[in-house]
Formats: sequence, C-alpha cells, structure tokens
Amino acid sequence: MFRIVHKRQLSEAVFEMGVEAPKIAAKARAGQFLMVRTDENGERIPLTFSDWSAEQGWIRFIFMRVGKTTHALSHLEVGDMLADVVGPLGVPTHTEGAGRVAIVGGGVGVAVAYPVARAMCEAGGEVTVIVGARNSELLILEKELRALPLRELVICTDDGSAGRKGLVTAPLKELCSSGELDAAFAVGPAIMMKFAAATTREFDVPTTVSLNPIMVDGTGMCGACRVTVGGETKFGCVEGPDFDGHAVDFEELMSRQRIYSDIEREADAEYSRGCQCHL
Amino acid sequence: MPERSPEQRRSSFDEVAFGYSADEALAEANRCLQCPNPTCQQGCPVNIDIREFIGAIIEGDLTRGVSVLKERNALPAVCGRVCPQEEQCEASCVLAKKGEPVAIGRLERFLGDTDLACELDHRCVPEVAAPSGMRCAVVGSGPAGLACAGELAKLGHGVTIFESLHAPGGVLTYGIPEFRLPKAIVAAEIEMLSSVGVEIVTDTVVGQLTTVPELLGEEGFDAVFVGSGAGLPVFMGIPGENFNGVFSANEFLTRVNLMRAYEFPSKADTPVARGRKVAVIGGGNVAMDAARTALRLGAEEVFLVYRRTQDEMPARKEEVHHAKEEGVEFKMLCSPAEIVGRDGFVTGIVANRMELSEPDESGRRAPVCVLGADFSIECDTVIIAVGTRPNPLLKAAAPGIELSRRGYVLTDEEGATNLPGVFSGGDIVTGSATVILAMGAGKTSARAMDRWLRERATS
Repeated sequence: MFRIVHKRQLSEAVFEMGVEAPKIAAKARAGQFLMVRTDENGERIPLTFSDWSAEQGWIRFIFMRVGKTTHALSHLEVGDMLADVVGPLGVPTHTEGAGRVAIVGGGVGVAVAYPVARAMCEAGGEVTVIVGARNSELLILEKELRALPLRELVICTDDGSAGRKGLVTAPLKELCSSGELDAAFAVGPAIMMKFAAATTREFDVPTTVSLNPIMVDGTGMCGACRVTVGGETKFGCVEGPDFDGHAVDFEELMSRQRIYSDIEREADAEYSRGCQCHL
Repeated sequence: MPERSPEQRRSSFDEVAFGYSADEALAEANRCLQCPNPTCQQGCPVNIDIREFIGAIIEGDLTRGVSVLKERNALPAVCGRVCPQEEQCEASCVLAKKGEPVAIGRLERFLGDTDLACELDHRCVPEVAAPSGMRCAVVGSGPAGLACAGELAKLGHGVTIFESLHAPGGVLTYGIPEFRLPKAIVAAEIEMLSSVGVEIVTDTVVGQLTTVPELLGEEGFDAVFVGSGAGLPVFMGIPGENFNGVFSANEFLTRVNLMRAYEFPSKADTPVARGRKVAVIGGGNVAMDAARTALRLGAEEVFLVYRRTQDEMPARKEEVHHAKEEGVEFKMLCSPAEIVGRDGFVTGIVANRMELSEPDESGRRAPVCVLGADFSIECDTVIIAVGTRPNPLLKAAAPGIELSRRGYVLTDEEGATNLPGVFSGGDIVTGSATVILAMGAGKTSARAMDRWLRERATS
C-alpha cells in the first residue's frame, strides 16, 4: 500500500498527487513512468512522474480525469492509500550532451516535459521549453518551469488567454529555422507530437517523442503498448516510452489509443451516476 | 473424473473438472498395481514417489499421502491440474500399455485439495531445517520461483521473492484461466509457502527498482535465483498485426485472469474486447486457453488457426478435447498471411492453405504453403498465441549475465549462471515449457544454491 502525501488540483480536470515511495524515489529518472492501481478491483494505469525526492522519499505524478479510474483517483485525499504503485518503468530520457534543445509539452504532457527539461538543464543543455494548452486555465507547472534556468519559456494557448495565441508548432518552427537547435523532445497528445515531429523533420532536427500507448502490465509481458517505429514493432513500456519521432507511425498510435474508448465511456458514466455527491 | 457439461461451461469461468470424491479416489487408487519397480516415478520431472502416495490413499492415510507428495512437490493442487500427466507419469504407467493408466494426476489433485481444505495450521507443512542465517532472493513468483523458494525455505534459508505484478503466481495467476486452475487454489498454495517463512514482495520490477548486483550488495542477500519467465509475446510480423482487435494471448489472458475483466464493469475496472467472431492463432495450451476464454466472454464463433494438424498440436489432449466440446472450431493446416481491417479495426484474416512435408531427419514434418490456396476468415478479434521471447529487462536486471544468442540465460545443469551466487531456471532458461519443468528447474537450482552457500560459508 502506498500512502498519499500530497494532492493539488492543477486545473478543472488535472491533478497532481504524491505518494510515499522511498525506493521508487531513489531510482526515478526523467522520462520514466509508473503503473498505478487504486484498489483491489482497479485497473492498472500508466502515469508519468512529474517530480520526486530521493531525500524525502516521495514521488509525484499528474493525471487528467478522463475515465473511471482517474475519476476514482481524483476523489482520494492525503492520508488515503493506493493499492499499488509500480516503477520506475521505461527507459529514462537520454539527457547527456543535450546541447541546444527544444522541449515541447502539450496539455498533461507538461508533466513529463518539466522533469525532462530539468534533467536537460542539469546535464548542461541550453533548453527552450514550449508549452501549449487550450487556455490559461489548463496550463500546468508554469511556476516550476519558470524556476528552471531555461533559455526561454514559450507559452501558447489556443485562445490566446496566456502567452502566444496558436499552436506549439509555430514557435518550434521559428527555432528550427533560426538554425539554433540540435535536438527536440515532444510530449503530449499524439496529434501534437505528430505535428511537432513533422515540423522538425523539415529541418532535420532529431526529435524524441514520449509515447503514451495503452498498457496493462507495463513490464513487456502483454504487448498492448506496441507501436510501429521505422516499420518495426516496438513495445512502449520496455523499449520506450521515448522513440524517434520521425519514425513513429502516429496514425496507428492514435487508432490504437481508441480501442477501449467506447466501453470506458460507459464504465465512467455508470461510475459517475453512482457517486453524484462528488460532481 | 466428473466434469461440467460443455453447455454449462461455455458461459462460466467455474472450474471444468470436479475433483474426485473420497470414494472415487479410493476406487482409482485401487487400480494401481503398486509395482515393485514403479516406472511412473521415472516419468515425473520432479520424481515424486507416486507408488507411495497412491499406497497411502489405498490405506486411507491421506495425511501421509500429502506429505509424500510434498516431499517433492510444493504445489500438488496446481500440478494435479495443469501437468501434462498423459505424457509424463501416466504415459509410464504399466497399465497404459494395456489400457487406461492410473489417473495419477487426478489422485495428486485429490490429495492437494484435501490438504488445502484444512485450516492453514492443520495442513501438511514440510519439515524446515534449522535456520542457516543466510538469505536468498528469488526474482519472479511463477512456478520456477515458487518451487525454488519453497525448497530454499525447507533447507533453512531466509527467502524473499520479488514479483513485478501486484499479485504473486506468475503464469499461474495471469496466464492459466480460472476454469482450469482456480485462483483460490493458487493463492492457498502460495499462502502455504508464506507459512514456512517465504516473504513475497510484489510491485517490484527487478531491472528497474532494484537489480541483481544490488540484491547481492547493499540489500544483503547471499544468493539470487532468477525465474523471471519468458516474457515478451511474439508477433508474427505479418501485415495488419497492429489493427485494433489484434491481441497477444498474454494481453487477453492477463486482462481476464489477473484483472478479472470478465467481471467488468460491475466488479472490475479493466475492460477486455468481447469479440463476436474470434480467431486464435497457435496450437499450444495458451492458444486453447485463449479460445475457451473467448467463448466464455460471449463469442458466437471461435476459430483456432494452426499451421499443422491436430496431431502436431503441442496443447494437452484433454484441453484440445475440452475446447472442441465447447464449440471451438479448428482450422488446421492454415497459416495467416495477413490481417485485414477497416477504419483501424480488424475484419478478418487472409491465410494460406498448408500441407505437411515428408518428415525431415528429426522426424518433424514441416508445414509448407500450397500455392494458390489462399482463403479468408471473417473475424472481429484476433488473438496471437505463437510463443514468447525473453524480456530485454533481463540485461538491466543482471548485467554481465551470459545469455544465449536468442536471449535466454545460459546455465549449467543445476541452474548456475556465470555470475557467482546467481542461479536461474524455468522459461527464462529453456524458453516456453511447462509448469512442472519450471518447478523442477527451480528445485534443482535451490539445491545447488544451498550447496554453493554452505561451501562458501565454510571456505
């Protein structure tokens, strides 16, 4: 059992949660993820590390309330227990020799972009972070990002309520065309990663994307997380989650992410009917 | 042994075969000739004293029967259900030459169940040697790890098992369905191990949260057994394999068995695809389990697609028989060439008609494609059960461990690897095999570990 020691609502549907997990905290690296199960009947869901403290023995993750499990998770409070937290999983993001790098985070993907940016800064990289959200209300971790020694933080919102109005690909393209970029890293909705990778491809800027396929065990056993990269089948959980963004088949990834969307909507609707007190 | 009718079974995850009653067990035991030179024992991979335990049933001394079984096998209720007895002990039974062999597996199950029916403190607990003061770590709580842990505990060592999932049991828990091996039986057998001092730590991925060198270093273990199983599912590399609705058998079975997706959404939160027309590719026990599970989830039609004939199928005969009875339709000599789909979802399989070649030097008849004999199978779900390969996490778990070209751990006959104090056994050494072979390997390794530990302590 893992005790919840921190909870913060970041936006209407996005939460940050911290649990006591000294062993995981001691091993966590930027770009890795966790599998979390709330209770005995719960689903195993992959969630991304946003922060951790090896000294204080806690880890934090960020999730968006989308289905039954994340809904139930959002109702837990500090002091409550999670049945299972497994991690760190996946290959850490490669940060050595980062050079001049653009880190692009969209929506909840900023939860991954933040520790990756921090690790790249620590590795001596010259880091520009571009974050995107639908509106200013949905921007997360802005304060934390501002505390990093970044070259620049660019904020984009669809409606212009914060930073620049428009998509993250516009400032990314400007950076690419300035010729001052050695590499890019993108994490967020698959469609955003697809367009970020398409933007950098034109300029031959090597681009890593952090993928979020459906997973069950998170240790390579089930193959649910398979993605096609450069024509080959790769397992997101043990061979990723980072892959070459120019080689990923994003159409397939997006299609595979929808496998369970219908049944999950039903389950969430049923769950929500049963606990209207919280809504 | 009495069974549920195929009609009852098709919609239920309850166990197919009822166990023997005491009278039935006695009647079956009485068929045993109690041969002076019992060949059945030689057919058992862990060399159980079969004559002796059957003799105990004949005498009505079930407690002794259980203890004879447990001398060699820590999980009799499991093995009595899932061992391929017809190829092992029962194949070597003298009566098999003339007719029906003694149902050794069912008698083993009877004794295992009799023991589990008792309160924990009344069960047969193996004798445990005086504490050695040494501690062993076991990676993986599947059959190899459990058998190794049980044996090490009996030999007086402290044992901690590290399991990556949230529940112990490995393939016994996530792979083999409830209708063939009830999870309560697995849990009870594991509880038994805990009662002899084996500690099980779940949610721990060795290779990520900790490593073998760390277990032997700062975590203070004296020896490690790696029984992590074969791991990654193999796909066929044919077009269309990543369409929605195409699953590995591991994923399908894990959702249903470990996550209880058949109780979704009322009692479990993990969904599973409930296909209407399901094609399962493969011919082993895993394929059979997947096909029968798909039926129980409500499929109207389930096809089993295999490139050889039923005679070459590696699955147990009993399971093939059960699958056919339940309505699984066998499509033999049929090799998938492409999976087709629409809007991202699978709609069918295009397959090649095969024929078997003349036997080669090893006597095996290879399937060869009959040109121009393509045909298609309409389906909305495809489950691929064609095998597994080693998990790449192994290299991170045990840096420097010697592996075969195909990525399996290289060991000597007793499970010793090239790393001092590190032993290994089960599917991660042999590739996919059976529960009992993995258990045998775990036990053999435990004895070798014990010797290694004691030699090191005295030197």
